Amino acid sequence: MDDIAQAFHFALKLILEGDRELFETVKLSIIVSLSASIIAFLIGAPAGAVLATQTFRARPAMLVSLNALLGLPSVVIGLFVYLLLSRSGPLGFLGFLFTPQAMILAQIILTLPIIAVMSYRATETYWADYRDTFVIFGASRLRAVATLISAARGALVTVFLAAFGRAIAEVGAIMMVGGNIRGFTRTMTTTIALQTSRGELALALGLGLVLMGLTLAISAAAFFLNRRMSDY
Amino acid sequence: MLRRSFVSRALVLGFICAAAHVPSRARAADSFITVASTTSTEQSGLFSYLLPLFRTASGIDVRVVAVGTGQALAIGARGDADALLVHDRQGEDKFVAEGHGIDRCDVMYNDFVLIGPKSDPAGIRGEKDAKEALRKIAAAKAPFASRGDDSGTHRLEMRLWKAAGVDVAPAAAIWRRETGSGMGPTLNLAAGVDAYVLADRATWANFKNRQNLEILSDGDPGLLNRYGGILVNPATHPHVKAAEARRWHEWLTSEEGRKAIAGFRVNGEQVFFLETAPAH
Repeated sequence: MDDIAQAFHFALKLILEGDRELFETVKLSIIVSLSASIIAFLIGAPAGAVLATQTFRARPAMLVSLNALLGLPSVVIGLFVYLLLSRSGPLGFLGFLFTPQAMILAQIILTLPIIAVMSYRATETYWADYRDTFVIFGASRLRAVATLISAARGALVTVFLAAFGRAIAEVGAIMMVGGNIRGFTRTMTTTIALQTSRGELALALGLGLVLMGLTLAISAAAFFLNRRMSDY
Repeated sequence: MLRRSFVSRALVLGFICAAAHVPSRARAADSFITVASTTSTEQSGLFSYLLPLFRTASGIDVRVVAVGTGQALAIGARGDADALLVHDRQGEDKFVAEGHGIDRCDVMYNDFVLIGPKSDPAGIRGEKDAKEALRKIAAAKAPFASRGDDSGTHRLEMRLWKAAGVDVAPAAAIWRRETGSGMGPTLNLAAGVDAYVLADRATWANFKNRQNLEILSDGDPGLLNRYGGILVNPATHPHVKAAEARRWHEWLTSEEGRKAIAGFRVNGEQVFFLETAPAH
């Protein structure tokens, strides 16, 4: 119990003292996970809507695969991206291994299936309602997808937050492809893993509390943004 | 209209992220090297202390990827680091012999210690012979936490068991548990279940969650822990920053670098020693 009380103490101290290294770590966590989830969203949301509106032969197989990919452990994604970006791998010439770019790539792969599957579910219900209207007015497929995304935007904000949450909470993949390099690729979660392995358990939990506060703030911001958008 | 505003918001957010990213990339010095090293050197705080000194002397940033020695050697063999600082002489020699590395040099040393619960059920306290201490642990079937991760520490532990004549095949030694993880997590496990554990002195000096654990046996010459530096071979991996990596090696073994290493303290305790210094 002492340790947990101490963790709250550490969390408050870290925030109040405005520790510079903590600030940089938090900034990197947000940049990496936000960039990854935005890029994945821009690909995954339209892909989900396409899956909802189009019927083609490969669709069931794609849906099953996407659902299976939801369970992919982040460390496996890390390993895959590591071998991809390693100097001895196919994309080694980019020199991306052990950089934030590598971490973003890993988290895009991590969040893409979540976004695609959940966007599919979110737009599918609207498609059931709008389908006949689209057919009557002879709307193009592109138009149908765009309208569905717009109609489901409230649910899509939740989709985005779920993906962002998965990304910022993840440690296995970014540890492997980022290398947890101090001041360069060290994020909140890799710092927590590091402090845990140093036996600094209260400090590690304190950092965890800061991370929780952060995701809470982002989720609140998205909530209000969503409500304002719904007011149009 | 609705859709446009939604997408444009997402795009604006994306651009903000990209813009925020630029300074962090620009801030890093143009010239940097990647060094794959062990968790003990990183977690003891040695690198946090050495790297700014090296940057001042050379203008080169060092990015340290801290992993087990086995993984560090694998990273080097794939060409994903410019230099290594590891501790497994046999693995290092093999790495050089296979053409992955050049210019192996002794950098520093410390020692391994046998740690266990204060109650010491196997009675190894003060035992100067590490092999004898391990035999006692095996005879008492006292819990022993092993790294089991092909790190330098794990490789030494396996050699010690073999020299002690103890069969540690999982079926024969159920009291020995392999954590398959780094020194810190293994110490955390040992602290949780009152197990014996082999650790390097630097990581132990830095470790906070000790609970009932303390050093019970040390001082065996067989527990010496030598750290060697290796440069990744530019002939095998043409992209490595050979000149900068060489500069790093030269600095580590220079008068200035040696003084810096010898001056490093963890809670007032010296945990890394120079090769020419008298053994303690």
